[in-house]
Amino acid sequence: MKKLMIGNEAVARGLYEAGVRLVSSYPGTPSTEITEYAAKYDEIYAEWAPNEKVALEVALGGAIAGGRTFCAMKHVGLNVAADPLFITAYTGINGGMVIGVADDPGMHSSQNEQDSRHYAIAAKLPMLEPADSEECCSFTKIAYELSEQFDTPFVLRSSTRVAHSQSIVELSDRNDVPLRDYVKDASKYVMMPANAKGRHVVVEKRLLDLAEFAETTELNKIEINGSSLGIITAGSSYIYSKECFGDSASYFKLGMVNPIPLKALRDFAEKHDRVIVIEELDPVLETQIKAAGIKNAKGGDVEGKNLLPLLGEFSSELLREKILGEKNEYSELSDVNIPMRPPALCSGCPHRGVFYIFKKLKLNVFGDIGCYTLGAAHPLGGMDTTLCMGASISAIHGFNKIRGKESERKSVAVIGDSTFMHSGMTGLANITYNTGVSTVVIVDNSITGMTGHQQNPCTGLTLKNQPTYAISLEAVAEAAGIAKDHIRVVDPYDIAALETVLREELEAEVPSVVICRRPCALLKYVKSAPALKIDPEKCKGCRACMAIGCPSISMVDGKAVIDSALCTGCGVCTHLCRFGAIGGNDND
Amino acid sequence: MTKNIMIVGVGGQGSLLAARILGRAALDAGYDVKVSEVHGMSQRGGSVVTYVKFGEKIYSPVICKGEADVILSFEQLEAARWLPYLKKGGVIVTSEQKINPMPVITGAAEYPSDVIGKIKDKDVTVISANTLELAREAGSEKASNVALIGLASGVIGFDEDSLRVALTASVPEKFLEMNLRAFELGIKARA
Repeated sequence: MKKLMIGNEAVARGLYEAGVRLVSSYPGTPSTEITEYAAKYDEIYAEWAPNEKVALEVALGGAIAGGRTFCAMKHVGLNVAADPLFITAYTGINGGMVIGVADDPGMHSSQNEQDSRHYAIAAKLPMLEPADSEECCSFTKIAYELSEQFDTPFVLRSSTRVAHSQSIVELSDRNDVPLRDYVKDASKYVMMPANAKGRHVVVEKRLLDLAEFAETTELNKIEINGSSLGIITAGSSYIYSKECFGDSASYFKLGMVNPIPLKALRDFAEKHDRVIVIEELDPVLETQIKAAGIKNAKGGDVEGKNLLPLLGEFSSELLREKILGEKNEYSELSDVNIPMRPPALCSGCPHRGVFYIFKKLKLNVFGDIGCYTLGAAHPLGGMDTTLCMGASISAIHGFNKIRGKESERKSVAVIGDSTFMHSGMTGLANITYNTGVSTVVIVDNSITGMTGHQQNPCTGLTLKNQPTYAISLEAVAEAAGIAKDHIRVVDPYDIAALETVLREELEAEVPSVVICRRPCALLKYVKSAPALKIDPEKCKGCRACMAIGCPSISMVDGKAVIDSALCTGCGVCTHLCRFGAIGGNDND
Repeated sequence: MTKNIMIVGVGGQGSLLAARILGRAALDAGYDVKVSEVHGMSQRGGSVVTYVKFGEKIYSPVICKGEADVILSFEQLEAARWLPYLKKGGVIVTSEQKINPMPVITGAAEYPSDVIGKIKDKDVTVISANTLELAREAGSEKASNVALIGLASGVIGFDEDSLRVALTASVPEKFLEMNLRAFELGIKARA
């Protein structure tokens, strides 16, 4: 049967067909749907772990136990999981193990552009890179065979375009791979120096074996079209190259991007007058190819980043322009000023009032990763830092240690419930342990929002929607040493109460945790209140209500009006109007 | 032959479903097909673009400037924003709906006037209708995306019956009747 699937669904299908038993992941765009689709198969145990390090360790434990396992994460998630990632090369596996990582060239939804291929090289792990959904499925299955053949986890790298594009996949049945026996083997799984020394020898030998395998594997495909131009490429860059050059160039498409087949690449390069390495982000292939002294048929250098950018996502248009010097023709409305349409906090978002109060109190705001990063945008504005998962709580501590009491009274860390469970808890322990006096605001919308509503350890539901223990943020804060009367819970729709609580906690000379608790307005179980209305008689057009950047409110002919289709009746705007113009809904 | 269709709009307007319907129709017709989706940040009321490409063999899922045969637009300003992606002589099928972006809401920018008229002055064909009103007539504003597909049914490479089959396969049964009504109203508005 054929089906249209996004790359992530196709990876999940590959997991199912490969007989995978366990999946543990932390959500992160563009990798999230792999795990969501995997969870739909009854044969696969799938879970959301609190962070990527935990997920990878769970998958490793399962693989040592003899089952086929998987974990998925976005590129920056692999930074969090780097500790166990490196050790997996030493221990090897028992049942097959694959680590899925999705890069985001062009930063559609990320804080940096990072090339995960560096990790495969640094951790000495083999890496495959599919170019479309069919390969997402087939490469996943091959990765399990190879993982068991070479006794190592395989990394499956994709990018936003591959992960989120639908193409046709041919479906097969599940291969019910039996559990392998588990045999205690301290020399393999207990990584202390005496054992690790022996395992390092295995790692280096395995890499040589994999390099030899790479020379002949059908994962790499050579397509010869004449001898004038040879392109060396992989993954999404391959599909852009094919679109641009069609049959006018030869291709060496790498399905396995670490290790690469230097002998076969040399042979390919020497048959072409011009050779270009086309790869998004860093010159990972190009550097290795050049270091091996590989030249084109005329003895000239292999080209790549001398023509193509290090930044952003590629396209056939970009290749056409940079390599062929051709530009696409098009029309545009050059005489019309088209306003930007940036993403914004949704109507009814419980984070909106929180950021309004931060701005009103002129606070330094140490932000974190989640929907609330949008609080940095105009008109709420005023975020000082957004770094990486959990860094709000750790960074405010460092900032306040340097700038002292005055700063403690003027700064907050803001972090979501899921991000707090991911890596905020350790930062909080650091504040109490090291006599910090920072104020931490947890915006608890009872879901992992930005990645599209995933459950987390605080929500009381598992990935498979089974009821489970819900970890209490208050209890965690208390256990971390925050005094009970400085753990405050507020409804963020009540911005007056929020302002009072924040003022008190900022003045307090002890660390505090303020939990702003209200579920995401987009959750299905959240029922909106009736839309609010602005009385045009009372509205003076002062624009005070515009300060919260609500998509439902706009100015028409000098008066504020509320879009009744968008308004969720949250009431935050009513606190801002000095003339009592906002309030009643149609029923009043 | 390759047909390149772009679907543009504002996060939350239902471009994913529209893309799924077209992808399904292309698959049923035996074409190779690629559909790109947008997830994450751009869903929060941002400008959203989805690509549908079908033909004998499709490589890149992305449509670049000057490459789209048809742009389906859920919102006027978005039609203007993505116009450079249309081929010379291509077709824009747009809803007349206007959604103010944040810079307009905050007063930092103005929503340009007579956007559709200005697009018509270019070397393109424009088909427009108030799809929101059509969808309301069909039973729900949410079916505005399906009304737009009805409006575009003459120019996207599939006959009406194939689109009906693809629509039936793509929406939950309890919303099917309402969506089919929106589709038919879209077809009528084409004339």
